[in-house]
Amino acid sequence: MNFNFTEEQQEFRLVLRRFLEDKSPTTEVRRLMETDEGCDPEVWRQVCQDLGLTGVHIPEAYGGQGFGFVELGIVLEEMGRALLCAPYFASTVLAATTILNAGTEEQKVTYLPPIAAGDVIATLAFTEDNGRWDNEGVEMTATASGDGTSGDSYTLNGTKSFVLDGATASQIVVLARKPGSTGDVGLSLFMVAADADGLGRRKLKSMDPTRKLARLEFKNVSAALIGEEGGAAVPFARTIDQAAVCLANEMVGGADKLRETAVDYTLLRVQFGRAIGSFQAIKHKAADMLLEVESAKSAAYYAAEALDDDTEDWPAVASLAKACASDTYMQTAIVTTQMHGGIGFTWDNDTHLWFKRAKSSEAFLGDSHHHRELMMQRWQD
Amino acid sequence: MTEQTEGEIRSEVRAWLEANWDSNLGLVEWRLKLADSGWGVPTWPTEWYGKGLSDGMGRMIDEEFERAGAVTVARTGIRNLAAATILAHGSTMHKEKFLLRILTGEDSWCQLFSEPGSGSDLAGATTRADMKGNKWIVNGQKVWTTSAHHAQYGLLLARTDWDVAKHKGLSYFILDIEQDGVDVQPLRQMNGHASFNQVFFTDAVIEPEFLVSELGDGWKVATTTLMNERRGADGLRKYAKATEQPGRAYAEEAEEIAHQLEPYKWYPQRAGRVDLVIQRARETGKLDDPTVRQEIAKLLTLSKTTQWTAMRARAAQEQGGPPGPEGSLGKLSASNVARKAALVHTMLSGADAMLTGDDSPLEGVIAEILVSTPATSIAGGTDEIQKNIISERVLKLPKETRFDTDRPFREVPRNIVE
Ligand SMILES: Cc1cc2nc3c(=O)[nH]c(=O)nc-3n(C[C@H](O)[C@H](O)[C@H](O)COP(=O)(O)OP(=O)(O)OC[C@H]3O[C@@H](n4cnc5c(N)ncnc54)[C@H](O)[C@@H]3O)c2cc1C
Repeated sequence: MNFNFTEEQQEFRLVLRRFLEDKSPTTEVRRLMETDEGCDPEVWRQVCQDLGLTGVHIPEAYGGQGFGFVELGIVLEEMGRALLCAPYFASTVLAATTILNAGTEEQKVTYLPPIAAGDVIATLAFTEDNGRWDNEGVEMTATASGDGTSGDSYTLNGTKSFVLDGATASQIVVLARKPGSTGDVGLSLFMVAADADGLGRRKLKSMDPTRKLARLEFKNVSAALIGEEGGAAVPFARTIDQAAVCLANEMVGGADKLRETAVDYTLLRVQFGRAIGSFQAIKHKAADMLLEVESAKSAAYYAAEALDDDTEDWPAVASLAKACASDTYMQTAIVTTQMHGGIGFTWDNDTHLWFKRAKSSEAFLGDSHHHRELMMQRWQD
Repeated sequence: MTEQTEGEIRSEVRAWLEANWDSNLGLVEWRLKLADSGWGVPTWPTEWYGKGLSDGMGRMIDEEFERAGAVTVARTGIRNLAAATILAHGSTMHKEKFLLRILTGEDSWCQLFSEPGSGSDLAGATTRADMKGNKWIVNGQKVWTTSAHHAQYGLLLARTDWDVAKHKGLSYFILDIEQDGVDVQPLRQMNGHASFNQVFFTDAVIEPEFLVSELGDGWKVATTTLMNERRGADGLRKYAKATEQPGRAYAEEAEEIAHQLEPYKWYPQRAGRVDLVIQRARETGKLDDPTVRQEIAKLLTLSKTTQWTAMRARAAQEQGGPPGPEGSLGKLSASNVARKAALVHTMLSGADAMLTGDDSPLEGVIAEILVSTPATSIAGGTDEIQKNIISERVLKLPKETRFDTDRPFREVPRNIVE
């Protein structure tokens, strides 16, 4: 196990940080979060084309950069830090990873290059109104139109909710099941064009306005199968665990940024004739925050490395990292608000932008209780 | 006059209400009657609209009003604090000019204490009042001012002397809000509401007779206001219940309450809405989940012990004992409840915690809890300040060495406010 980032990785991080500090200052975040698109087209073009970030973990054979989850983790950590408003998590993390895990060679060749190039923004629609993050919650049905042999077209019926960038993505990977099936059995993945007949998309009001969500209604929407019919359970579960690792990395980026702003503020703010950072009560909070954030970073980094090394314990570690990041990000947001006093509760102060990302990410892909339980089920002595 | 017994007073107020209460009176008309009779504010002195009765008797009389369904004097908002401060420190002119219109609800007030540069350190105020041509000229900025957008008057804490120690250079004024030199701007919070204001003073004018108490007494007077604020902290909610019964007085009161409380609709949410937890657990099918049950139980324990500690404090006070440590603990305890409640509501809501507005459960109430609870540990004195108070005043631990009280205020390091 490697506990150091290589020089190239550190250089990569530095380039990204400079780019994002320049392109995603909070003035931009505030501007974009009020728009329906939630993304600046020119910055997105640079993310995709100049930096090649949309293909970072996609193999070169499919138009990507061919790096691993450690590099993807670095990208997400920096984006989480800068609160970049873009459909990156939806397209590169969720959709591309699903296709990588589930797609046939031909489908990968077809679907991945445009995603890697950023020409197509895709997303993954899996959760439904019941808010479950696992296979079991899927109720949407996929009915084969022919006699059940391959090459059939399928018709989707049902509802998906909490779909990241679901109102703006042009391609939607959908998890659905054979009518009458339950649990892991009968699940398949499909590709649906966003302008398909019978697909209704409604933007949801999201707690975190920098991350757009949508509810999608499918009424006899025709869809193309991805991978094997009935064989989606395993690749989907793998995708969600991988996404949890990615999210954990994104979250620790945000937490670290909050921690820094909190400490900076305590040096500037004077009460009772001294900087509030000189009060032990504040120093101890700052020290606790550092411990928590660094611990969560260790977990997120370790999980990405374990995933790339395909160690046996990586799914357990993925859940450990997500649970740790959920608790830490939220706690850091609460303490950062507190350390700012009244100003921290105002709209004009930037703390709430991260606070809301922390709250939304805490629930996204399952909260810490959910992931601690998964971790225990997966733990090996 | 001999002391009346509780029973005698009760039958007296009951008889008076029976003879006089009429829901078809205009609100102001009825409240003028109340002020005249002394039953509106029985704990106030007899020469100023009251009957000089104890707090205990006051509560008993409240019960009689409730029983009769009679509308009370105006009690919401900062006007309460204004009245208490004026009664304690105001001149006869202040009392004549302001008290009655406070009781009738014709005037609204706001409290101009907190500043961008001084919150925890309230005595570090830098809004200045300078005597020029026999008038006080005020410059500076206040923040977190409740109700300033519809208030006629403000209770202003301002610095009048920069060459003495910080607490000694403050004075207390009554300021006419409706003048050119005062600019009231809404202050938006992270939960999207704008319940507070920023108030900017540019050569605002105060006539000399509206100084309260002596020059340099500002901190002492402000302490009276703050003590009353702490005592009546839940007054705003307690008295703000409109009834839907027919009658002109009821209708006018309901209108007054709606107007006053509109910006504070989210206030119950900031406390965490523990009352909704079981209902939500049932709705989300999580009431039988052992992990969830543990967290709910912890929350209910926190919430109940907070209530019971407050009740012990109140009971001790009613017996005339000195206020025990329980009193100072309530504020801190409320923060713990709010934080824990946000955690439990998140857990219960699952993916729905990612939503806001009317997409969020209970018409947005859940989202509002999640983004409002951080206020509890800041508003009205932060948790850290409460802990300093508890450790130094209650536990008598040695005081923190101070560097801001031993020199002229001019020399104390402070925030740079533009
Ligand atoms: C929702 C809300 C409603 C409010 N309503 C009102 C109102 O109606 N009227 C009004 O006047 N004000 C109101 N306020 C303002 C509130 O009283 C102040 O925000 C609060 O007292 C903190 O002051 P501050 O914002 O200046 O923070 P600061 O005092 O700058 O505090 C920043 C941080 O430093 C810490 N700190 C400061 N001093 C010390 C110390 N000695 N030891 C350890 N830590 C310290 C604080 O705990 C905090 O964590 C409200 C605030 C909010 C959020």
